Amino acid sequence: MRLENFLIMRQELLLTLVALIVLIADLAIKDDKKRIVIPISIVLFFLVTVAGFIPASEGILFGGMYKSTALTILMKNILNVGVLIVFIQSVTWLKRDDLQNKISEYFILIVSTLIGMNFMISSGDFLMFYLGLETATIPIAALAAYEKFKAKSAEAGIKLILSSALSSGILLYGLSMIYGTTGSIYFADVAASFGNTPLHVLAFIFFFAGMAFKISLVPFHLWTADVYEGAPINVTSYLSVISKGAAVFIFTIILYTVFSQIAYLWRELLVIISLLTMTVGNLFAIRQQNLKRFLAFSSIAQAGFILLGILDGSVLGMTSTVYFVMIYIFSNLGAFGVVAAVSNMTNKENMDDYNGFYRTNPKLSLVMMLSLFSLAGIPPVAGFFGKFFLFTAAAHQGYYMLVLVAVLNATISLYYYLLLIKAMFINTSDNPIARINSDFSTKLGLIICVVGIFVIGFASPLYELIRSLSFGF
Amino acid sequence: MDILTLLIVIPVLTVIGILFCKDNKQVRVVSAIGMSIQLIQSIIVVLMYFAERKAGNTSEMVFTQTYMWFSSLNIKYAIGIDGISAVMILLTGIIIFTGVFASWNVKDLSKEFFISLILLATGVFGFFISLDMFTMFLFYEVAVIPMYLLIGIWGSGPKEYSAMKLTLMLMGGSALLLVGLLGIYFNSNPAGGELTWNILEIAKVKIPIEAQRLFFPLTFVGFGVLGALFPFHTWSPDGHASAPTAVSMLHAGVLMKLGGYGCFRIAMFLMPEAANEMGWIFIILTATSVVYGAFGAVVQKDLKYINAYSSVSHCGLVLFAVLMMNKTAMDGAIMQMISHGLMTALFFALIGMIYGRTHTRIITQMGGLMKIMPFLSVCYVIAGLASLGLPGLSGFVAEMTIFVGSFQHVDTFHRIVTIIACSSIVITAVYILRVVGILLLGPVKNDEFLKLKDAEWHEKLTTVVLICAIAGIGLAPLWLSDTISTSLAPIIDKISSASIF
Repeated sequence: MRLENFLIMRQELLLTLVALIVLIADLAIKDDKKRIVIPISIVLFFLVTVAGFIPASEGILFGGMYKSTALTILMKNILNVGVLIVFIQSVTWLKRDDLQNKISEYFILIVSTLIGMNFMISSGDFLMFYLGLETATIPIAALAAYEKFKAKSAEAGIKLILSSALSSGILLYGLSMIYGTTGSIYFADVAASFGNTPLHVLAFIFFFAGMAFKISLVPFHLWTADVYEGAPINVTSYLSVISKGAAVFIFTIILYTVFSQIAYLWRELLVIISLLTMTVGNLFAIRQQNLKRFLAFSSIAQAGFILLGILDGSVLGMTSTVYFVMIYIFSNLGAFGVVAAVSNMTNKENMDDYNGFYRTNPKLSLVMMLSLFSLAGIPPVAGFFGKFFLFTAAAHQGYYMLVLVAVLNATISLYYYLLLIKAMFINTSDNPIARINSDFSTKLGLIICVVGIFVIGFASPLYELIRSLSFGF
Repeated sequence: MDILTLLIVIPVLTVIGILFCKDNKQVRVVSAIGMSIQLIQSIIVVLMYFAERKAGNTSEMVFTQTYMWFSSLNIKYAIGIDGISAVMILLTGIIIFTGVFASWNVKDLSKEFFISLILLATGVFGFFISLDMFTMFLFYEVAVIPMYLLIGIWGSGPKEYSAMKLTLMLMGGSALLLVGLLGIYFNSNPAGGELTWNILEIAKVKIPIEAQRLFFPLTFVGFGVLGALFPFHTWSPDGHASAPTAVSMLHAGVLMKLGGYGCFRIAMFLMPEAANEMGWIFIILTATSVVYGAFGAVVQKDLKYINAYSSVSHCGLVLFAVLMMNKTAMDGAIMQMISHGLMTALFFALIGMIYGRTHTRIITQMGGLMKIMPFLSVCYVIAGLASLGLPGLSGFVAEMTIFVGSFQHVDTFHRIVTIIACSSIVITAVYILRVVGILLLGPVKNDEFLKLKDAEWHEKLTTVVLICAIAGIGLAPLWLSDTISTSLAPIIDKISSASIF
C-alpha cells in the first residue's frame, strides 16, 4: 500500500492508533494513577476529531470494498464530534472509585465500536458492511455490562448481545439471499442486477429487519428500553445517538444506492414502520417514570421521524436525514448530559425526583429545557429546523397524511417533554435535588451541546454543505 | 439595520439585558425601558409607513428586505409591511408596553417572567413582519411556546391543566398548519420551476384547485385554532382564566389575532378558490363561535371566564368577517382585531388589578366596587361599553362595518347568518351590563373590601394608554380604516376574482 491509501483510511487508522496507545498507556501506568488515562484518551481523541476535518482525497480501496467520499468523511466527523461530547460527559462518572481499574476499557471499547462504524459507513460491499456492523455491536454489549457488579447492567449486556446476535443472524440471512440471487456482494453489482422478484424482496425484508434492530424501529425495538435503563448512563447516551446515527447513515446510503430499484416497495414499508415507530414510541414514553426509559422511548420516536427524511429518496431526503441526525446528537446528548450529571451525584433518575429542580439548579434545568425543546422541534432551537426539513422531505414525495400524523405525533411528544419541564419548573417539592456543583468537564460537555443546539439550526451554510455532498436517485 | 428587523432586535436585546439584572427592581426597569423603546419604535414604523405612502410608494408591501437563508429550499428571511401589519405592530407595541406595567408586582421569579413575556412578544412582532411562510411559522411557534411556562408557573387556579391544554391544542393547530404550508410550498409553482415560500410571489400564481381543496381547510383550521374557531376554542377560557394578567392581555389581545391575520393573509389570500367553495362551512362555525361565546359569557360567574368567552365571541366575529370576502367586511375584520385587542387587554388588566385587591374573581362575592375604587370601576365601565359597541368607542365602528359588509351579500344564507351573528350584540349587552350591575354598582358585600385602595401609578398608566387608544379609534376611525382599506385592495382583488357571490 502506498501512502495515499493510508490517507484515505486515515480516520480508521488514527482511531486504531488511539486504541493501541490507550492500551499501552494503561499497562505502563501504576494502579493508583489510572485516572491519568482519562485526559490522555480525551486529548488523543480530540486530535483525531480535529484531524478528521483536514480535507482529504476520496478514494476506493481493496478492490471496491472500502470507499471514502466527502459524504462519508462528513458522517464520520459528525460521529466523532458526538463521541467527543460523550467522552467529556463521562469524566465525572469514570472518576468513581469502583471503576478505577477499568477506565481504559471504556475508551478502548468505544473507540473500537467507532472504528467499526467508520468501516461500516465506508463500506462498498456487504462483507465490509457486515464486518463493520459486528465490530460496532459486540463491544457495545460489553459496555452495557460495564458496571457488571450491578444486576441491571449485566442484564442489559446480555439482552443487547442476544438481540444483536439474532438481528445479525437475520441480516446475514438476507445478505446470503442477496448474494444468491445476484451473485455478488459489491454494492454496485447488486444494484445493477437487483429486481423485484419475490426472492429479492424477501432478501430486502430480512436486510431491513436486521437494520431495524439497530435503529430500534417498531416492532424491533423491544430491547431498547431495558438496555438503555440497565446500561450506565453515559453508555446509554452513546448507544442512543452515535450507534443509532451510524446505523441511520449507512441504512440511508444502502437504500439510496443498492435498493433504489425497489424504492416503490421500501417507501411504502418505511411509511408504515415510521407511523408505528413514532406512535408506539410516543405512547410508551408518556408512561415512563425512569428518565432513561423515558429518553429511550423518546429516541425510538425520533427514529420514526428520521424515516420521514429517508423515504424521500432525493437529495433533499438525504440532506434532511443527515442534518437531523446531527441536531439529534446534540439535543439528546444535552438531555442525557443533565440526567447523567444528576444521576452521578445523587443516583436519582426518576421524573418525580426532578420536582422543583429549577429552584435549586437553574442552569441544568435550562439546558434540559432547551434540549427537550430541540427534541420536540420547538423554535428557535435547532430541532425545529431538523424536524421541519424532515417533514418537507416527506411532503416532497406527496405523503401529506404521513406528515400530518407525524406532526401530531410531535405534539404528543411535546406533551411528555412538557411533563418533565413541568416537574422542573412548576412542581414544588419538599425534598428537591440539592444544588449540584458540576465539575469542569460536565459543564464543558453541556455547553458544547447548548451551543450546538442554538447554532446548527440557524447555520444554513452547514445545511447547504451537507446538501452539496448528498445524493439521491 | 432596517427598521423592521429592529422590531425583533430590541426585544431580544431587552431579554439579554434582563439576564444581567440582579433584582426585581432592575428587571422591571429594564423591561419597561425596553418595551417603551419598542412602543416608540412601533409608532415610528407606522408614521414612516404613512410617509412612504404619501411619497407615492404604491407597492403592496413597503420596507421590504430579503436575505437568502436556506438557498436550496428557497427559504428567505423576507420582511415587509403593509397598512394591516403596520397597525397590528402598533397594537402589539401598545399591549406589550401596558402588559409590562400590568405585571409590575410580579415578585416570584420575575426575571424568568419578563423574559418569557418579552420572548412571546418577539414572536408576535416577527410574525407580523414576515413575508416568508417559513419564518412566519417559526415566529408563530416562538410566540406559542413561552405561554406554557407563563401560565404554568405564574398562573392561578388549575394552571397546570390549563397550560397543558392550551399548549397542546395550539401545537395541534400548528400541526395542521404545517401540513398546509408545506402543501402550499410544493404547489407554489404549478408551471414548474423554483418553489417559493414567499407570500407575495405565491399570490401571483393560481394554486391548482385540487391542492387548494386539500390545504385550505388545513391552513384555515390551523390558524383558526389560535383564533378560537368553534369547536377548537376550548383552550381559550381555561387558558385565559388561569393565565397571569399580562399574559391574558397579550394572549387575548394579540396572540389570538395571529390566528385571524394568518387566516386571511395565507389561507384566504393564497387559496381564494377553495375559500370560496368551502367558506360556508367555516361561516357556520364562526357564526356559532360568535353566538356561543356570547351565551357562554352570560352564564359565567368568574370575571376572567366571562371575558374569555367574550373573546371567543369577538374573535369569532373577526373570522366571520374575513370569510365574507368583501371589502367592507374585511375592513371591519381588521378593525375588530385592533379594537378587540385593545379592549380585551384593558379588561384583563382591570380584572387583574381587581383580583389583586379582592383575591376573588367571582362576581357574586363582590359588589359596590364603584364606591371603593372609582378609577378602576370607571375604566371597567368604559371597557364594557366599548365591548358592547357603544358609538364613540372602537367596538361600534368595527362591528358596524362588519355587519354592513356581510349584509351586502344578497343571498339568503349570508343574510341569515348575519342576522344570527348580529344577535350577539344584544347578548353582549346582557353580560356586560350584568357584570357592571353586580360588580360595580349595588351594595358592598364584603366589609373587608372597604379598606382597599384605588389604582397605583403603573396601573393608571396601563389603563389610560389603552383607553386613549380605544377612544381614539372610536372618535376618528377614518385614519385606521383608510390605512387598512388601501392595503386591503390587492388582497380583495385576488380574493374577489374567485368569488361567485
